[in-house]
Amino acid sequence: MKPTNFHIFTLFVLLFVGMSFYGTAQQSIPEKPKVQTSVYDDAKLLNAQQKKQLEQKLIRYSDSTSTQLVVLTLTTIGSNDIAMFATEIAHKWGIGLKGKDNGVLVLVAKNQRKVTIATGYGIEHKLTDALSRRIIENIIKPEFKTGDFYAGLDKGTSVIIDILSGTYKASPKNTATENNSSAKSNALLVVVVIVIILFFVSRNRGGGGGRGNRNVSSDILTAILFSSMGRSSGGFGSSSGGFGGSSGGFGGGFGGGGFGGGGASGSW
Amino acid sequence: MKKWIPLLIVGIVLIWGYSTFKGFNNTAINFQEDAKTSWSNVESSYQRRADLIPNLVNTVKGYAAHEKETLEAVIKARSEATSTKIDASNLTPETMGQFQKAQQGLTGALGKLMVIAEKYPELKANTNFLELQSQLEGTENRIKVERDRFNASINSYNKHIKIFPNSLFANMFGFEEMSRYKSAEGSEKAVEVKF
Repeated sequence: MKPTNFHIFTLFVLLFVGMSFYGTAQQSIPEKPKVQTSVYDDAKLLNAQQKKQLEQKLIRYSDSTSTQLVVLTLTTIGSNDIAMFATEIAHKWGIGLKGKDNGVLVLVAKNQRKVTIATGYGIEHKLTDALSRRIIENIIKPEFKTGDFYAGLDKGTSVIIDILSGTYKASPKNTATENNSSAKSNALLVVVVIVIILFFVSRNRGGGGGRGNRNVSSDILTAILFSSMGRSSGGFGSSSGGFGGSSGGFGGGFGGGGFGGGGASGSW
Repeated sequence: MKKWIPLLIVGIVLIWGYSTFKGFNNTAINFQEDAKTSWSNVESSYQRRADLIPNLVNTVKGYAAHEKETLEAVIKARSEATSTKIDASNLTPETMGQFQKAQQGLTGALGKLMVIAEKYPELKANTNFLELQSQLEGTENRIKVERDRFNASINSYNKHIKIFPNSLFANMFGFEEMSRYKSAEGSEKAVEVKF
């Protein structure tokens, strides 16, 4: 039996089949989503209610501090290293603001049972690798082990928020956190004052035009106040639970923040 | 009237040539500067690793003082790695090879240190050590990221100067190909860090 064309042909077919399998094993980085919000639950680890709650919490946080915290769950990440994968996604999507680089991505890979926290350049001095590791080990993993993904992600993100606002004083080296947190509370004060002023202004106007009028104007006021959450799909009518137009994700979308590999990961 | 036509053509050619060259030159310089910046990012992430080491060595020393050889090897490799620096304008394959070799030596020495650390349960339970371990891990990730980005920026520069007709201009005006950061044998194995 001589080595026929057929043999060579089979070899090529096998090679091609093998290559195409190799291709599918390399999971590619997801494209930047059209609607830019805080929770993408591709692996369906959360129910609708939980997803909404988490999303609201993170959007509210972003609205007050401009720091964008994003949770992404994927069914699989293939054979990729989760830390690098998360860094590449976050960098490509541009989570956080350009120049401030204040984005955080929490990535969960369901099939690999791995979770990672990727921190933007402007975050890594506060949410250090060591702290990220502790959050994963002490807060996220115990919940994930029991199968309660919502609790893990909810508590994990709350701790991240606490750390970033400087209340969580784990690392004695961080002297900068104090200045920052006082600056933040100043900003909060300003917001509160503005809200109060707007409230009284709207009351006065309402008083001039009778009771019915007052309600309408304060409704519009609430809509205006909260519409920054969903500027893209906002408007007054589109209330989908919660506040008016709150389903629109981050106002202004991802801002082009940069990521350089900071953070930590673990598996549950 | 007729004698104006050649002059006009020469003028058009000159303007065209100038603007083409200007476009080529400025883009090449932009890419080149980007590549240099990303090289300094590579260096600074390696520096970050070197900065972690004294603390790491001291922590390990507290529990495993008699592993002198390994500890000294790390210190020596660190001083070699930190003394090998490349000026971003002098990124030749040779200088890069030296840099890579020095960093490689440090990677190896650190790997050994982490392996011996496994033998000391008390060291492994030490919070300071754990924090250093996760910082080291994060730093290795940063190194990888910066290296990839450096290579990507080299890639855009090299493509720009190699495609036709840019290759002609590049030859004329001395834009040379820049070399990528190649991963040396065994370098894909980062420092072994176990938890």
